[in-house]
Amino acid sequence: MSAREEILSRIRKAVGGAEDVEIPRGYRTERQVDDLVGLFAERVDDYRAIVHVVPSAEVPAMIDACVKGKRMVIPEGFGRDGGWDDLRTADGVLTNCAVAIAETGTIVLDHGPGQGTRAQTLVPDYHLCVVWADQIVPGVPEAVARLDPSRPLTWISGPSATSDIELNRVEGVHGPRTLEVVIST
Amino acid sequence: MSATFIGMPGNFPENAAKAVQNSQLRFNLRKATHTIRDRRASVVGELPDWQELRAAGKAIKDHTLRNLERYLLRMEEAVTRAGGTVHWARDADEANRIVTDLVKATGETEVVKVKSMATQEIGLNEALAEHGIAAYETDLAELIVQLGDDFPSHILVPAIHRNRSEIREIFLDRMPEVSPDLTDDPPALTEAARLHLRERFLRSKVAISGANFMIAETGTLVVLESEGNGRMCLSLPETLISVVGIEKLLPSWRDLEVFLQLLPRSSTGERMNPYTSMWTGAVEGQEFHLVLLDNGRTDVLADEVGRQALRCIRCSACLNVCPVYERAGGHAYGSVYPGPIGAILTPQLRGMGSELDASLPFASSLCGACYDVCPVAIDIPEVLVDLRAKAPHAAAERAGMKVAGWILNDHERLAKAQRAATKLRRLVPKRRLPGPLSAWTDTRDVPEIPEESFRDWWERTGRGERSGGPTEEGLRGASEEW
Repeated sequence: MSAREEILSRIRKAVGGAEDVEIPRGYRTERQVDDLVGLFAERVDDYRAIVHVVPSAEVPAMIDACVKGKRMVIPEGFGRDGGWDDLRTADGVLTNCAVAIAETGTIVLDHGPGQGTRAQTLVPDYHLCVVWADQIVPGVPEAVARLDPSRPLTWISGPSATSDIELNRVEGVHGPRTLEVVIST
Repeated sequence: MSATFIGMPGNFPENAAKAVQNSQLRFNLRKATHTIRDRRASVVGELPDWQELRAAGKAIKDHTLRNLERYLLRMEEAVTRAGGTVHWARDADEANRIVTDLVKATGETEVVKVKSMATQEIGLNEALAEHGIAAYETDLAELIVQLGDDFPSHILVPAIHRNRSEIREIFLDRMPEVSPDLTDDPPALTEAARLHLRERFLRSKVAISGANFMIAETGTLVVLESEGNGRMCLSLPETLISVVGIEKLLPSWRDLEVFLQLLPRSSTGERMNPYTSMWTGAVEGQEFHLVLLDNGRTDVLADEVGRQALRCIRCSACLNVCPVYERAGGHAYGSVYPGPIGAILTPQLRGMGSELDASLPFASSLCGACYDVCPVAIDIPEVLVDLRAKAPHAAAERAGMKVAGWILNDHERLAKAQRAATKLRRLVPKRRLPGPLSAWTDTRDVPEIPEESFRDWWERTGRGERSGGPTEEGLRGASEEW
């Protein structure tokens, strides 16, 4: 018998006759948040990321100020020229995102246009991410509903961190050590 | 190469007795577990629907286990459709053989690894080493354990037993590029680890991971992490091999809305962990292999009481609140799964054939703190008690219990036994019992036997209504329901 057949037959034998279970979904799948932008900004800031909230007209100038003097990887579809090509020598990466979650301060990349490849958003030490106000959802269930599982997804909550030494949180291990988020209202 | 737990001698009480003598270990553990349990409590308290999420998490897992065959087949189909290859492994040897062959086929002799309980459980690093393949752990705590030739002692923070100065010593000793001026400041130690692994990440062609969840509906794998070592391993190498226990399955994409709230808050005590990667099949030109691992899980599934242990999402909240774990530490459990969950999972996965594994169901005071914090509501005390009954016991103990059962089952036999005990009461030692019975009185005094049992007094005085009540001693005995 192949391993596959044998495992499946063991499973059949193990659970034969056991009752099935109804899944109670009494948790919140939609939540009311009055100030989505404010809550998102506060929660991102809690992770010691840098946050700016600016009107959409001022976003380009804000980006200019953030990337000044830096060799930035700018992925296809971001709509901005002058990107740096070599990942290893780049100072940072500039992206959009697919969804952002207010309650947990999370940005989610689906690596579509303007969001770069997984490597592009990982190797450079600085990540500047632009979030549009209408991309922010209140909680995790609303984000899961908006995302497409057939795409590779990267959920980012603050800069890279570890708590492996005496459970002290230290920012910056292998991922970008600085995360800067521009929220456009 | 870090050591392996398989075939470890000793038993839990002996290991724990040794561990509690180590005051440094006790200090490190106390500090770490108290820090993390406070953090967990605070972020769990933020969610008004925590109990509803917990109930959903429990039910989703139970439903999956009940329909495991159907969902595994769905997973296999979805991964294959998305360009991945699915392998099945009955046990550790088979899984190790599959992974070794896959790595050999690439021609590589080095692989990078994302922290994974499943690959530790099967001793994959050691198996690869036998074939000349070096596996490099990339999680900071795993790196500390691997460089120190040490055992992991915690599910989430395997080097929790080490403090900063011990870690500095290990780095100085085992990282040739590190300057002797390295301080024991955590950011400095973290920076040393970053530099040590950076080039390896960029040049590695093969990575091996586990997964926190796999979604049957879509074929998606999910890995939660903090440092970015996971993202490095999952996205840069040309070949990715994921070894995942069959119980890690969730039926539908939507179920992540529950588990992505339960897991980070329970494990690191954060609203969300820094990085979560999700991928479906072969992504961005990568080659992807999924190895589905049984290794004892179907045996656990067959046990009606014990199968709830398969709900576990490896958050380690039960370790952090356990008074036994806090004092004895993770090594005493002799398994990659320490703490309360280890005490029920290890004896079920490995059986209770060894002295160590048979001692694990007793490594608990049954206080129930583990059950309270478990995000999927595993009733660990219930499984512990069930396993205690199944554990091997000495013939004399079994015989003694049988006799006790026979007497207690019948009120006339009990009354006779009580009268006999009353007559012999002067002969019973006051504090310690002799011989093998002394194990019972090591931690308690012998209860005093009254000169008359409550039953006899009740009879003699016509249900307590006639005079000639009990002596003071008899009354005391009666109140203890002897």
